Formats: sequence, C-alpha cells, structure tokens
Amino acid sequence: MVLSVDASSVELNRNKIWNGFKQLLPISMFVMVFAIAFGLAAAQTGLSEASTLLMSSLVFAGAAQFAVLDLWGQHVPVVPLIVTVFAINARHLLMGATLYPWLRELPRAKRYGVMMVVSDANWAMSMQAFSNGKAGMGLLFGGGLALWSAWTLGSWLGLKFGTVIQDPVSLGLDMVMGCFLLAMMLGGQKNPRMLIIWSVAAAASLIAYTYLPENSHVVTGALAGGLLGAVWTEKKA
Amino acid sequence: MSIDISGFGTLYIILIMAVVTLVTRWGGVFVMSFVPINYRVQQFINAMSGSVLVAVLTPLAVTGDNGARVALLTTAIVMLALRKPLPAITAGILMAALFRQFHVFI
Repeated sequence: MVLSVDASSVELNRNKIWNGFKQLLPISMFVMVFAIAFGLAAAQTGLSEASTLLMSSLVFAGAAQFAVLDLWGQHVPVVPLIVTVFAINARHLLMGATLYPWLRELPRAKRYGVMMVVSDANWAMSMQAFSNGKAGMGLLFGGGLALWSAWTLGSWLGLKFGTVIQDPVSLGLDMVMGCFLLAMMLGGQKNPRMLIIWSVAAAASLIAYTYLPENSHVVTGALAGGLLGAVWTEKKA
Repeated sequence: MSIDISGFGTLYIILIMAVVTLVTRWGGVFVMSFVPINYRVQQFINAMSGSVLVAVLTPLAVTGDNGARVALLTTAIVMLALRKPLPAITAGILMAALFRQFHVFI
C-alpha cells in the first residue's frame, strides 16, 4: 500500500459514478431479493407502507432494520433501539476509517456525501480497487446508489408482492453477502503476514462472539487484526 | 423509556435509526481526519480492512448450518481457482440452496 494517492483513483464524475452503478448491479439484484424479504417482514410486523419505505430509504442498513423489527411492539424501547442499531452498524465506522486515505482527497461535502451510501458490498469493491491502485470512488458512490435503489425498491416490492419469496433461506439467499465478502477477501492481498493477521482477527471475532455482548464481534476482530498490523508492519519497499 | 408507535411515534423511531446509522457512516471518517496518516496508520488500516471481512465471516462459518459452510467453501474454491467474484458467489449460493433442498452430501 502506498502513502501517496494517485488523483485519478479518487476521481468522481458522472461517467465514473455510472460505471460503479453498473458494476454493482448484479449484487444489487441479490440485495433486492433480501429487501423483498424485509418488506414482507415489515408488513407482517405491522409497519405501514409509508413507514417501511421511509425506513429503508433513510436508514439503508438491512441487518439493523431486521433487528429492529424484533424490537417492534406498541411501545418500542429507546435505549435497546439505539444500542442495537449502533452495534450492528458499527462496522461502518471501520469502513469510513479504512477509506479515509482516499476520501481525504475529496472536498468535505463530497466526502461525507459519498459516505451516506456506504455499505458492505460497495465498500469491499472500492477498497479492493483502491489497494490495487485503481479508481474506486465511482464504485463506492455509484455502487452505493445502485445498492440503495435496490434496497428501497425491493422493500416496496416486498410490501406489495412479498409472498412470492416465502423462504429466502432455503434458496441460499441469506448467503449472498457472506459469499460476496469472502470473494472480496480472497481477491485481496494474500501473504503469510496477512494470513496470520487474519487468523488473529478470526480468533478475536469468535471469542467476542462467544463471550462479549451481541454484535461486538466485528469491531473486536477487525481492531485485533488492525492493531497487529500496526505493531508488526511490513518492511518498507 | 419507550416510544409509543401511535401518532408520530413510528416516525421518531425511524429518525433515531437514521441518525444513529449516519453517525456510524460518518464517524470513522470524522475521527480519522484528526489522525495523521503515517506509515503505521496505513498499516493499521490495511490490516483492518481484511480483518473486518474475516470478523464478519468467521462466526458465520463456525455457527452457521452446513448449508452456510458449503456455500462459503464453494465460494472460496471457485474464487481461488478462477479469480472471478461473480461465478464464485453464484456457485456458493447454488450449493447452499441445493444442500438445503436435498441434504444430499456431507
């Protein structure tokens, strides 16, 4: 990884955004299927059509939205609501931090504007592009727009026609994001040092998953791997 | 403290969710703008970006059903063989679906 960032890799114009949008379309189709499942679940929980659409378009965080449906009732407790949403979405904090070396090349308004649509898939794809010295900002923003559109449109479809997909798990659709992230991980840098860092991250994540409060495993594992990487640096080329 | 979902209650809940999520989307970038990006910080970021994925996936593989494990294993094999994400993901999902439909292997 280089300290200097090539200006072309953070370029953000209409063409780059459209390209990113198109590159994330295939995975967005899978995301839409999950959004349909969410729309159906929201309708069954008793959320109105307007509330479901507002939630999907403003929050745009699938796992957290599903978790909130579990808290739903005539009275929704505020502190568990905030803790649940924050813990599930805390990985966004790490994504923002990892993207910072490239995001800082953008003016502040654009920097935070782009981050509004950051999500697992577009983050993973743009990080892979950036660390190979390629253009990634269009993937991040355009791809984010594709995912957001799919998530919002899918939620609406789920409200209307949700019963079409009754059991997404039996179709393997719950594995879409897992398989996608694994493919991204294996497409990145692989060397003995990184494998050891990954093993430490895996162990920390599993320990946190078993012994620490719910949803803390991602942050714990990622920080463990990151800290090891900071202490045990690569030799400068 | 809890919010009654009648009246504007649902709207307040959605706004709370939206604000908390936005804090997570902006917070990492905001904090990093106070951190000097030196070589060590670069190495931290670089190691953490892969570790995030590992930390998401490990409990999924360990605590998931065999369908989940078959899916991840298939994706890994196809990805390492072909180096193309889409066939790898598709193969993984297909294997999970087949496994859960028929429980034919493993």
